Amino acid sequence: MAAIEATGINKWFGAGEARTHAVKEVNFEARFGEMLYVVGPSGSGKTTMLSMISGILRPDSGSVRIEGTDIWGLSADALADFRLHKIGFVFQDYHLFPRLSTAENVAIPLILQNRDWDESIAEAERDLEVVGLKNRARLPPVKLSGGEQQRVAIARAIISRPEVMIFDEPTASLDGDTGRNIVQFVREHLLSDKRCIVIVTHDSRIYEFADRILKMEDGKVMGVERSDLDAQ
Amino acid sequence: MPLALESGILRIAYKLLVNDRAKFAALLVGITFAVFLMIEMTSLFAGILLRSSATVINIGASIWVMDPSVQTVANTIPLPNSVLDEVRSLPGVKYAVPLYSGSALLRLRDGTYQAANIVGIDDTSLVGSPQMISGNIEDIFAENAFIAIEDSEFYKLESPHIGTEFELNDHRGKIVGLARVASSSLFGIPTLYTTYYRALQYLPNTRFTISYILVEPKTPAAVAAIKAHIASDGYLALTKDEFMSKISKFYMYQTGIGTNMLLMTLISFIVGLSISGQTFYTFILENIDRFGALKAIGAKARELISMILFQATFVAFTGYGFGVGLCALIIWLARAHLPDYAAMITFSNLALAFAMVVIIAAFSSYFGIRRVLLIEPFDIFRG
Ligand SMILES: Nc1ncnc2c1ncn2[C@@H]1O[C@H](COP(=O)(O)OP(=O)(O)OP(=O)(O)O)[C@@H](O)[C@H]1O
Ligand SMILES: [Mg+2]
Repeated sequence: MAAIEATGINKWFGAGEARTHAVKEVNFEARFGEMLYVVGPSGSGKTTMLSMISGILRPDSGSVRIEGTDIWGLSADALADFRLHKIGFVFQDYHLFPRLSTAENVAIPLILQNRDWDESIAEAERDLEVVGLKNRARLPPVKLSGGEQQRVAIARAIISRPEVMIFDEPTASLDGDTGRNIVQFVREHLLSDKRCIVIVTHDSRIYEFADRILKMEDGKVMGVERSDLDAQ
Repeated sequence: MPLALESGILRIAYKLLVNDRAKFAALLVGITFAVFLMIEMTSLFAGILLRSSATVINIGASIWVMDPSVQTVANTIPLPNSVLDEVRSLPGVKYAVPLYSGSALLRLRDGTYQAANIVGIDDTSLVGSPQMISGNIEDIFAENAFIAIEDSEFYKLESPHIGTEFELNDHRGKIVGLARVASSSLFGIPTLYTTYYRALQYLPNTRFTISYILVEPKTPAAVAAIKAHIASDGYLALTKDEFMSKISKFYMYQTGIGTNMLLMTLISFIVGLSISGQTFYTFILENIDRFGALKAIGAKARELISMILFQATFVAFTGYGFGVGLCALIIWLARAHLPDYAAMITFSNLALAFAMVVIIAAFSSYFGIRRVLLIEPFDIFRG
């Protein structure tokens, strides 16, 4: 069974003159045990497609199955629960909570799962250590640099060790080494044959960790071999 | 879902609210101010209403017989003596006595004039006599005897003591005792007690002389029959509580005081509602990204609603506490410096303000919740 299987998904935005066909009849598959990259020019529909396969944006047509579950056939509450337990998402611009400490930010998915508060914070502190921010746990995120905030967002997405992790430009504001280290960590410690990771990126420095790379253009997906990109 | 299970998310809600110091303070100030105004207004009104019934409270008789046209205890319509005889002959009446209640101008020792309430209590029974502080109640039978009430207006009689003399309509008056009563009067003038007959001698009279007939029933069960009998004679008999509520209704609905107080209370409610409602809604809007992120991560609608309800309730109840405290403090301070200050915090004042705070919280959260449930996380993430 595929980890993610999208069939014929479409998304339109706006109306009249401004109407855009952002994602066009896309078929998409991500397998367990793989790290899949999605690349493509700005505006090609990457974020839109990722949002639809992660249960955040309802497609206008087509279906999305995660581990065989037709997620858009679920009730709102069931879908929320599904996201909470099965999917970790790093948003393009972090979306951290300025009034909470960094550790509390990271602990949110565990807290939403009704886990004990102190236990959740302790786990968040462990994951912050993993992304190199151990001594920032008690600070509010606004005191952190952009790259540090990005790492907090990554820690939040992986804290509950979900089966499907979806990262939208996770290394955009990180320097080469930090970006590589994090992706390498994710690949080595979080990827297993029960998990699947999808990453949108423009960052060629991390291509080496990809199992497969998909190219998106103008709302369409074309499969591209890794070697093709390496050659560019 | 029990609260304990959601405590983690409520804790997040609490931190989002309280850690935003400036917004939180603004919210609290809004509610506190509104609660303060509402309680202050209604307390002032409650105090005024209570004082308007001062004579009824102080005399304390069970049943008051009066002319049906009487509106407040101060505006008496004299009753003929025959009514007293009739009431006395009714079955179920233990005793019935006359009461004189009126006002007079006193000429004090320094030659100045001072208005005063004069209460004349029945010579034989002394029903309604005040609680003596100094002197003896029997001294009320002495020549020219008057008992001065030590209430907040006492000083206007130049704070007399036993033996102090004054003039009343060319009669000589003499203070023979000082006494205390439960409630000061509304009208800002001091009160003197004397006997019913002396009051009639010293004060100008109409043909009829009894202000009220005070009745004590043999049993509480007899009250209804007594009232019915008196009504069939064309007079009105009210229990103490009925008379007080009649007086309150008069001040509430027949004078400008009630309408104005009601208006002020309503205005403070509306001001509180709009300030707090607006601030709370802005708070929700400023945090809309956070609610969107929670939604995307997997918070259910019910959890988001409980967060907002919790925040609104927390602000409302904290503000309510501060408002009540502030009001109690101000009334306490005012009383310490102004003996005439009439405000009184009653249980119904507190309940009314509480109800209004609950409405404010419900109103604010309603709009916040509506907004939050409409968020599309995707719109937020794309920036
Ligand atoms: N809410 C929206 N309303 C109108 N148009 C939208 C909306 N969201 C996306 N679009 C349009 O859909 C297209 C795809 O946008 P999307 O954000 O998915 O691109 P992207 O590949 O993620 O780009 P980038 O690399 O810049 O993040 C764009 O043309 C965009 O303008
Ligand atoms: Mg994008």
